[in-house]
Amino acid sequence: MLIKIKNPNDPPASEVTPREAFLDRRQFLIAAGLAGVSVRAILNPSSAEAGVVLQGVEKSAYTVDEEPTDREFVTSYNNFYEFGSSKGDPIKNSRRFNPKPWTVAVEGEVKKAARYDIEDLISPHQLEERIYRFRCVEAWSMIVPWVGVPLADVIKRLQPTSRARYVAFETLFDPERMVGQNRSVIPWPYVEGLRMDEAMNPLTLLTVGMYGEELPNQNGAPVRLVVPWKYGFKSIKSIVKIHFTETMPPTTWNIQAPGEYGFFANVNPRVSHPRWSQAKERRIGEGFFSPKRNTLMFNGYADQVAGLYSGMDLTRNY
Amino acid sequence: MSSPRPISRSLKPLVFALCLVPLAWVVYKAVFVGLGANPNEALNRYLGDWALRFVLIALAVTPLRGLLKWNGLARYRRMFGLFAFAYVCFHLTSYIAIDQFFDWNEIWADISKRYYITIGMATFVMLVPLAVTSTNSMARRLGAKRWKNLHRLAYAAGAGGVIHYFMMVKADLSQPMIHAGVLAFLLGYRVVAWARRRSPGNPDRAESTGRPIQVV
Repeated sequence: MLIKIKNPNDPPASEVTPREAFLDRRQFLIAAGLAGVSVRAILNPSSAEAGVVLQGVEKSAYTVDEEPTDREFVTSYNNFYEFGSSKGDPIKNSRRFNPKPWTVAVEGEVKKAARYDIEDLISPHQLEERIYRFRCVEAWSMIVPWVGVPLADVIKRLQPTSRARYVAFETLFDPERMVGQNRSVIPWPYVEGLRMDEAMNPLTLLTVGMYGEELPNQNGAPVRLVVPWKYGFKSIKSIVKIHFTETMPPTTWNIQAPGEYGFFANVNPRVSHPRWSQAKERRIGEGFFSPKRNTLMFNGYADQVAGLYSGMDLTRNY
Repeated sequence: MSSPRPISRSLKPLVFALCLVPLAWVVYKAVFVGLGANPNEALNRYLGDWALRFVLIALAVTPLRGLLKWNGLARYRRMFGLFAFAYVCFHLTSYIAIDQFFDWNEIWADISKRYYITIGMATFVMLVPLAVTSTNSMARRLGAKRWKNLHRLAYAAGAGGVIHYFMMVKADLSQPMIHAGVLAFLLGYRVVAWARRRSPGNPDRAESTGRPIQVV
């Protein structure tokens, strides 16, 4: 059952920018022209700009009292090293990526270990739209209307054994299709993980879409994680493996720079990154002269998740 | 110094205008096109890139002058150096005014706690006396030897800029590596030239342009 956590101050989900506004051809052409998107992208209907609308999506009570970020920014400013290390790379380099067919291997401490077609993994569950804050470790943030299913529902169906204490996730490794993987900028494949109670928290969303449509390639098609109280790098994209394990799994950015990125990576304004403060964040789309916003503890989800970490030193377990 | 050839003199306004093109381009884009999802970051990074490029361009004058046997190039060194300082100032201003929005507590925390910003700020401080003493009258007042010694700070500023860049990058070090490579070449050239001047028997020296390569 969905626990309603709606804040009385929250506006209805109807405040989400209507999809028609994004699809409006005139606006799109202007935006694409301004963003320097090539003509080929406009002419290529399989590109990320014209997504497939997801059917049967239920509006959820999980929303925030802020306008979603322009879709144009959410799809053009991406950290997805599999398609290149600068933020403008993924939209360009993922254009020809075809995420279908897609299978996810479920393995480890789980009764229903198997290789699942993405459809079989998701379709037994009700798709929900959830509008979450998304806070990158680089001190910028967005508001994104995601579409997905609670990871907890999927995990329950897969029946992990009593020995499963962590869930590890792995991104596709296929340098032919993901050009960024031809350089060893970070160790491939990208791996992430959650403690079992974090994975089972109702906020954790196994995500297949955003803005009412299937996920664009540059945002992690066809299936990604969204863990809204953690820095964005925990929300692993293009997942091909879910592994239940007894021990804490390795995570990519922690391997890359253990002093800078921890396993937990909870959004915490009081614990600085060694190279910048996490006290404030730049909200994408607000333009030049708006000051940064104060970052909220657990990205504003403290009521739902603070209990997971009671008694833990969050300065050490960053 | 020999009197400038008319052709070189007429190039000076053109070079000056070219040095302003990166600034004009970003102002045009910011006003008429937009700088993307995170314009503050885009502007700051862009100005930082050009600040470092101009530091390297200024440091390239002496080696290129020797390698191309083109003494007239020295005439542009001050201009490039001052443009380097100007772009460093733009970069710093965009950080203080647009990125941090004059939040002096945050700025001080950055300078004292984040070493890449400490080094960036130190690089700016090193460039101040070079800009101040760039005029002919200041050079005269300091005397050639002291002026030359002071302006060797430009090497440290180049290194500071490259280290600042290295330390701010998350994982992909290819761009900082390219800049470090260029800097290593420009400084290495000076070391080689210095070593040659110390060994008068070196035959290369006889082939030089007639006067010893000035190493600054």
